[in-house]
Amino acid sequence: MLLSLVLVTLSFRSSDDGPLTGVQSAGSSVLRPFAVGFERVAQPFRDAYGWADSLLGARSEAEELRAEVRELRQRAIQSEFALQENDYLRRLLEYLDGPRFPADFDPIAAEVIGRPAGAFTQAIVVAAGSSDGVRVNDPVVTADGLVGLVTRVTPRTARVQLLTDEEAAVSAVDLRTSAPGIVRHSRGTRATLVLDRVRKQDVIRVRDEIVTAGWRASGLSSLYPKGIPIGKVTSVGQTDTDLFQQVQIDPYVDFGSLDAVLVLVPTERRR
Amino acid sequence: MSAGTVLRASAVVFVAAMLQTVIVSSLVVGGGAPDLLLVVVISVGLIRGSVPGAVFGFFGGVVVDLVTLDTLGITSLVLTLAGFWAGRYGETTGRDRRFAPLAAVGAITVLASLFGFVLHYMLGEEVVARHALVTALLAALAWNLALALPVHALVRGTVGEGARAEPSPEVEVLV
Repeated sequence: MLLSLVLVTLSFRSSDDGPLTGVQSAGSSVLRPFAVGFERVAQPFRDAYGWADSLLGARSEAEELRAEVRELRQRAIQSEFALQENDYLRRLLEYLDGPRFPADFDPIAAEVIGRPAGAFTQAIVVAAGSSDGVRVNDPVVTADGLVGLVTRVTPRTARVQLLTDEEAAVSAVDLRTSAPGIVRHSRGTRATLVLDRVRKQDVIRVRDEIVTAGWRASGLSSLYPKGIPIGKVTSVGQTDTDLFQQVQIDPYVDFGSLDAVLVLVPTERRR
Repeated sequence: MSAGTVLRASAVVFVAAMLQTVIVSSLVVGGGAPDLLLVVVISVGLIRGSVPGAVFGFFGGVVVDLVTLDTLGITSLVLTLAGFWAGRYGETTGRDRRFAPLAAVGAITVLASLFGFVLHYMLGEEVVARHALVTALLAALAWNLALALPVHALVRGTVGEGARAEPSPEVEVLV
């Protein structure tokens, strides 16, 4: 018990390049092959469970997806026009912008090899580290949307704080109205997020899409690039006493079944 | 404990720790996931006693903290105490009781969750009490109780029961 207390104390007191971090790095590297091996063995079982689970709601999901495809087809055509117009106007104005997603990032695909036990932290460990170019504060995504941020790195592994973690916060905007807010975990359930700090005069509707804001001001900038999808608004509410609206978001990413993720490394760093 | 028993117990705890971090933690049903490693450590404590329980709890916790890059020492502190408590229960009132694994797993799951919550709070980490102490705890409790008897049988079969001193038939008051 005393040894555990000493370890906790040393962990908190040592810096990121301190001796204990080195020990943890070495230990993590030694255990990485075991974690990868266990993950490979578990994968078929996880896939079988996912397949059986998806069969239950397959019919209704297919209907929803067909409707969504029709809507998205319309929007894709409109977006293509807007994109061409935007490109032309940018060239005209010689507009300077911050890093854009996904154009200014090189994704590093990484397998998820660990998840902390217990209800206290929401994180995953991925099989890519500093030797692959991953650094602390690199954003992590899947094809569905934003997953979180790299918080610790060893040469071969990295710890990613999920958006559902109590300490995670992302500046985000409503894609339709550009209403800004901060995406945080929901206090009720792990399956949803909330868009906090949305002013009462901003208009947000159910089914609006929320994406990362990617702001840049006074030499500071958001850790997340602009335009990464986060989720869809499921409810909007406000009371007379609250200063802000209560906006609930259904995240695009299923945080409970992450098998592989993409760590976004800025292209300029890899050059 | 013989070297063979130590090796077998270490292997069981190591495999449980790896399974916990790679697979079991993601089996979230009803808001919580089972804690296989906790159940294994409790079983080792019940079968082999308080000191082996504490030692293997510490070992399992260090493995988890290393694999998950968590703050080194937190999981091992919780599991060291869990193994020790289970061991003391096994050495005293719980010995030879059929449902000792269920009682130990139930009580220690609740206590470990409460202790973990207090520990994270004291370390300045933000934790939602309702989720940690109600939603996740109830689900974990149900899962752990379901795992208690089969895991205990498995650990007993692998690690083997240690020789135990007979309890004294009389209570002697020393002045």
